[in-house]
Amino acid sequence: MIALLHHQFIQYAFLSGTIIAIVCAIVGYFVVLRAQAFAGHALSHIGFAGATGAALIGVSSLTGTFIFTILAALGMGFLGKRIQGRDVEIGMILSFALGLGVLFLKLYTTNANEAVGILFGSILSVTSYDLLLSVISAVITLLLLLIIFRPLLFASVDPEVAEARGVPVQLLSIVFMILLAMTVTEAILVVGVLLVFALLVAPAATAQHIAKRPFATILLSVILGLGFTWGGLLLALFLHGPASFFIAGLASLTYLFAVPVYHIVSPHFYMPLPHEDREK
Amino acid sequence: MLDILQYSFIQNAFIASFFVSVVAAIVGYFMLVRGLTFAGHAFSHVGFAGAAGAVWLGINPIYGLLAFTIAAAIGIGSLGKELRERDITIGIMFTLALAFGALFLFLYTGYAEEAYSILFGTILGISAVNVVITAFFSLLTILVVILLFRPLLFSSFDPEVAEARGVPTQKLAIVFLILAAITVSVSVQVVGVLLIFTLLVGPAATAMRLVKGPYKTIGLAITLGLLYSWVSIFLAAETNLPVSFFIATLSFGVYLPVRLLAKTNI
Repeated sequence: MIALLHHQFIQYAFLSGTIIAIVCAIVGYFVVLRAQAFAGHALSHIGFAGATGAALIGVSSLTGTFIFTILAALGMGFLGKRIQGRDVEIGMILSFALGLGVLFLKLYTTNANEAVGILFGSILSVTSYDLLLSVISAVITLLLLLIIFRPLLFASVDPEVAEARGVPVQLLSIVFMILLAMTVTEAILVVGVLLVFALLVAPAATAQHIAKRPFATILLSVILGLGFTWGGLLLALFLHGPASFFIAGLASLTYLFAVPVYHIVSPHFYMPLPHEDREK
Repeated sequence: MLDILQYSFIQNAFIASFFVSVVAAIVGYFMLVRGLTFAGHAFSHVGFAGAAGAVWLGINPIYGLLAFTIAAAIGIGSLGKELRERDITIGIMFTLALAFGALFLFLYTGYAEEAYSILFGTILGISAVNVVITAFFSLLTILVVILLFRPLLFSSFDPEVAEARGVPTQKLAIVFLILAAITVSVSVQVVGVLLIFTLLVGPAATAMRLVKGPYKTIGLAITLGLLYSWVSIFLAAETNLPVSFFIATLSFGVYLPVRLLAKTNI
C-alpha cells in the first residue's frame, strides 16, 4: 500500500485530487446555496469544446478548458436572470458546444482515448504542469472566495435585502461565476466533463442536509469531498478500475442513501434552502 | 457527388436516419409542448449506462439503450411531478448512471472507440440489423403517436380540462415517456447520447417559432430533421468529418436566427 505512494503519478493524483476536492467542496456550498447546479453542468459541457479545441491552437487541454469556461461564465454572468428557465435555448447552445468539441477532436486526433479522458477524467495521468496550474488556480479561487465570503453569503441567502443594503449583488454573481468556471475546469481534470456533479454538488448537497451553520456545512462538505476523492483513488488503485467511477459512485451513493436515512434518524432538523426553487 | 450512394454503409445511414429524423421530430414536438425536454436529456444519460453495459456483455447496444431508457421512463412517470423538479437529486442520479457507464466501458477491456460512438453517434457505421431494429421501433412509435394523437395533444395543451373530460392523462403521460425513451434510444445511434437535443428538440423548436398549428409544425419539424441529417451525412461522407458535428451545427445554425428574429411565440 505504502509502496504505491512512491510512484510519481500516484503522488500527483493524490496531491491534485486533494486540492481540487477542497476547492470544489467550498465552491459547491455556494453552488447549492445559490441553486446554480445547472450552471456547473453547463460550464462543464462548454469546457469539453475548450479541452478538445485547445490542441488545435497548441495549448494544453487544461488551459483550453479554462479559457472556454471563463468566457462562458462571463456570458452567463452578464445575462444573469434572463437565462433562467430557458431550457431549450441553453440545451441548444450546449449541444452546439459539444458538436464543436466533436469536430475539434476529429481534426486534432483520431484517438478516441483523448475524448474519454476529457469526458470521464484522467486523474491518474495528471502532469506536473497540470498539478502546478491547479494549485495556482485553487489558491486564487480560495483567496478570492475568502475576500468576498461575507457579502457573497449575504447575497446568496437573501439577494433582495443584500441589494437594498448596498451589496453589489450583480458584480458578486459575475465574480462567483468566474470562480465557478475555474472550479469546474479543475473538477474536469479529476472526474471529467460528465461527472463534475460528483465533486462539485454531491459533497455540498449532502452536507447541506446534515449541518446547519455555513461554516459547519462547508467543513463537512470538505471532509466528504476529500473522503470521496481519496476513497475513490484508493479503490481505483486496489481494484484496478477507473478512478472517476469510484469517486462518482461514492459521492452519489452517499447522497442518495445518507440523506433519506438521516431524515429518518433525526427528522425536523433539515431547514429548507431559502431559494430551493429559484432555478427552474 | 451522388456516387457515394452506391456504398451500402451510406445507404444504411440514409435509411436509418430517415426513420430517426421523422420519429424524433414528432416526439420532439410533443416533448416541447409538454415541457419535457429535460426528460430527453435524462433518458440519454441513463441510456449511456445501458449501452455501455450491453457493450460489456457483448449484446447489441440498442437493446441496452432501450431497456435502460424505458425503465427510466417508467420510473420518472410513476414518481410524478414532485421528484422531476428536484434537480440536485436527479443530477446526482445521472452522475451515478454515467459513472456506471464509464465502469462498464472500462471493464470492456477499454475500447475507447465504443464509448466515443455511444456518446457522439456512429450513423456511418450502422449495421443492417440495426437499420431494421431502428425502422421497427420508429414505426411502432409513430403508430402509437398517431393512435393517441388527439388525446395526447389535448392533454399536452390543457391537462386540467382533458382530465375533467375523462382523458386518462396520467396513463398517457407514462405512455408518452416510454415513446420518448424509445425515440431517444434510436436517435442515440445517429447523434449519440450527448447531442440528442440536436435532432429531438432542434427541429421542433425551430418549427414552433415559424408556423402555427400542430400539423404544420410537425410537418416542418420532420422536414427540418430530415434535411439536417441527410445533408450532414452527405457533408460527412465528402469531408470525412463527424456527422454529429454537422447535425449539431445545422440544428443550432438554423435555430439561432429563427429564435432571434421570428415573431411567433409559443
